[in-house]
Amino acid sequence: MTLHGIGFIALALVLVLAAAFPLGAYLARLYRGEWRFFAAIEAPVYRLCGIDPTRQMAWSAYAVGLLLLALVHVLLLYAILRLQDYLPFNPEHIGGMSPRLAFNTAISFATNTNWQAYAPESQISYGAQMFGLAVHNFLSAAAGLAAAGALMRAFASGGIRTLGNLYVDLVRITLYLLLPLAVIAAILLIASGVPMTLAPAAHVHALAGGIQTISRGPVALQEAIKELGTNGGGFFNANAAHPFENPTAWTNLLEIWLILVIGFALPIAFGHVAGRKRDGRALFAAMAVILACGMLGAYAAEAANNPILVHAGLAAHPGNMVGKEARFGIAQSTTFNIAATGTSTGAVNSVTDSYLPLGGLAALFMMQLGEIAPGGVGSGLYGIVLFALLAVFVAGLMVGRTPEYLGKKIEAREMKLAMLAVLVQTLVILVGAGVSLLSPSGLASLANAGPHGLSEMLYGWTSATENNGSAFAGLSANTALLDYGLGIAMLLGRFAVMIPVLAIAGSLGAKPSLPHSEGTFPTDGPLFIGLLIGVIVILVGLQFMPVDLLGPIVEHYLLLAGKTF
Amino acid sequence: MLRELRPVVSLVIVFTLLLGLVAPLALTALAQLVFPFEANGSLIRVHGKPVGSALIGQEFRGPQWFHSRPSALTGTNAKGQTIPTPYDAAESGGSDLGPTSKVLISHVAARIEAYRKAYGPGPVPDDAATSSGSGLDPDISLANALRQVRAVAKARGMKAAAVARLVRRLAARPAFGVIGTAHVDVLRLNLALVKRPQA
Repeated sequence: MTLHGIGFIALALVLVLAAAFPLGAYLARLYRGEWRFFAAIEAPVYRLCGIDPTRQMAWSAYAVGLLLLALVHVLLLYAILRLQDYLPFNPEHIGGMSPRLAFNTAISFATNTNWQAYAPESQISYGAQMFGLAVHNFLSAAAGLAAAGALMRAFASGGIRTLGNLYVDLVRITLYLLLPLAVIAAILLIASGVPMTLAPAAHVHALAGGIQTISRGPVALQEAIKELGTNGGGFFNANAAHPFENPTAWTNLLEIWLILVIGFALPIAFGHVAGRKRDGRALFAAMAVILACGMLGAYAAEAANNPILVHAGLAAHPGNMVGKEARFGIAQSTTFNIAATGTSTGAVNSVTDSYLPLGGLAALFMMQLGEIAPGGVGSGLYGIVLFALLAVFVAGLMVGRTPEYLGKKIEAREMKLAMLAVLVQTLVILVGAGVSLLSPSGLASLANAGPHGLSEMLYGWTSATENNGSAFAGLSANTALLDYGLGIAMLLGRFAVMIPVLAIAGSLGAKPSLPHSEGTFPTDGPLFIGLLIGVIVILVGLQFMPVDLLGPIVEHYLLLAGKTF
Repeated sequence: MLRELRPVVSLVIVFTLLLGLVAPLALTALAQLVFPFEANGSLIRVHGKPVGSALIGQEFRGPQWFHSRPSALTGTNAKGQTIPTPYDAAESGGSDLGPTSKVLISHVAARIEAYRKAYGPGPVPDDAATSSGSGLDPDISLANALRQVRAVAKARGMKAAAVARLVRRLAARPAFGVIGTAHVDVLRLNLALVKRPQA
């Protein structure tokens, strides 16, 4: 580790955290419906779509709407991918996608996962990227943010059964937040060298002889929204390691910022909307502490370099460059990947499969924690609120009082729903990875032997279930087992959390707001932040500790002992 | 259920048109007007002919060139066998080999041996013997470039000091000490070598 590397991590975090406060205040006004400057665009959209913007929806209507939205997404995107050879903007004449892979990809984008079981350069047309994948990047991000908005309003209201209007939320989030930020970011990216063209691949006469084919396309807008919406699906196979997705250290910093900024703005917005700014800042602080630890840990692990390779004659510094780009080096690579696994982004600017065991573990663990540091747009906030409910419940057990959070009594119904959301993900990950490793097809998908093979499969199921989309990419994921299995895992990971959260929002919204009393456990101070981090790490750490020990930790000690596979 | 169907379906259609066609096409038009070079892949032309992209690496062999990093890209030949296709920018990706992989270790050991044979003994720069994440990495570390200077100068009959000066002039350095790394773009460096008189 060098001071410069640590300095980069500090700089990236400061830029994100400082921007989160004004953006959080902006978002709060957006959720309260106070922004009106695009009213002239909103009104015709509502009319065209048959939306009554004054309608107030209960939690169940939100849930039905979000499920239907995902269903329509999946069907439309499936059709686009299957039929892309008949659709416009396909200069490379790419054929339709196979049914199995299209099923996996359509679910993946509708659930904000963006798992890449395909190689985009040869399998996705420009058109399918633009009006297929990029549209779903916007919409799945807006869906997560709408669900988070419903939860926020539940805490703001005392005894109301409705949570807002889903469709107005979706339209406003897109128009007032995602589209403007994505367009500005895309222009900055284009100016830095990210292509935005409909021309086919270039064929150039390479300097040392021969013809080099260079894939390009309308990359910049897709790149901007894939980071901002914490989606992560790359325009190219190498994702943000590709120089056309991420050409310079400056674009790398910008992309890290885009990945994290909405996630950190949400707890601030939550504080504003719920009228409890300090409680929002406590969630924000817990997220920041966990993320900073993850970034420092991954950097330390990768800067340590591979002892076997150093023994063979590699320089000990700067560190493990296998699968990393020279323009990013160690710290700027690990910081990007941890930002992307602390959220549900899953974009990578370096090959996680080639990270050292503890570096890969850091990325894996950020996902296993439930992606709450700061988490996907929307899903990160409602994820950490679930943990906050668990934390006050644990505190309530210790002192023997009915737990409260932000003035709302937390009772059996809420706790059951919260536990359901937390346990379903773990169950899907562990059972899915276990079953895959028992099947010949699953074993044949592994690219690496030994404990690293276990890590590959575990990482794949974790990534799909947590809707992350990053991979230990050696795993051959385009098989029947993994295309269908991971597709179902993505659906469960998304909706077995989102629906219980909406149900909790519904039941909390209907409860009266209790006044603060002497006996209320404070949820806005360092004690609560510590308790919350403890609950997250212990609750999740204990669930995954055995399998993490068998994978990355065993591999770490075997590596130190010089054992290879 | 049916009450929600109409708004959902129509919203998806409206957004597909707005976000999937209007926005990217408008942005493409703007990019082509304002940033035509960058928007089309930063293609470098020599005498009007494109020779490469300023952002995408190329494969160089032989002592007269600075060498790019190893690239893990592979393709299939006419017989259907897997063959290395380094710096084939029609694809992208890394080796995906884990840290305890025998294949990784034998690859790196072979590259270390070749590097030492070409550029002398001592620890080999990390980037010189490891493949990148994209397989298209345009850059090498400054340390790696400086190690190659003497061999390149000798092969081209140039003074080593002059080549070293060129490397340092073209090298990028981290902004404020933290944003970026000390590295050199190999294609630009080799282009500069070709453009210089052989003296």
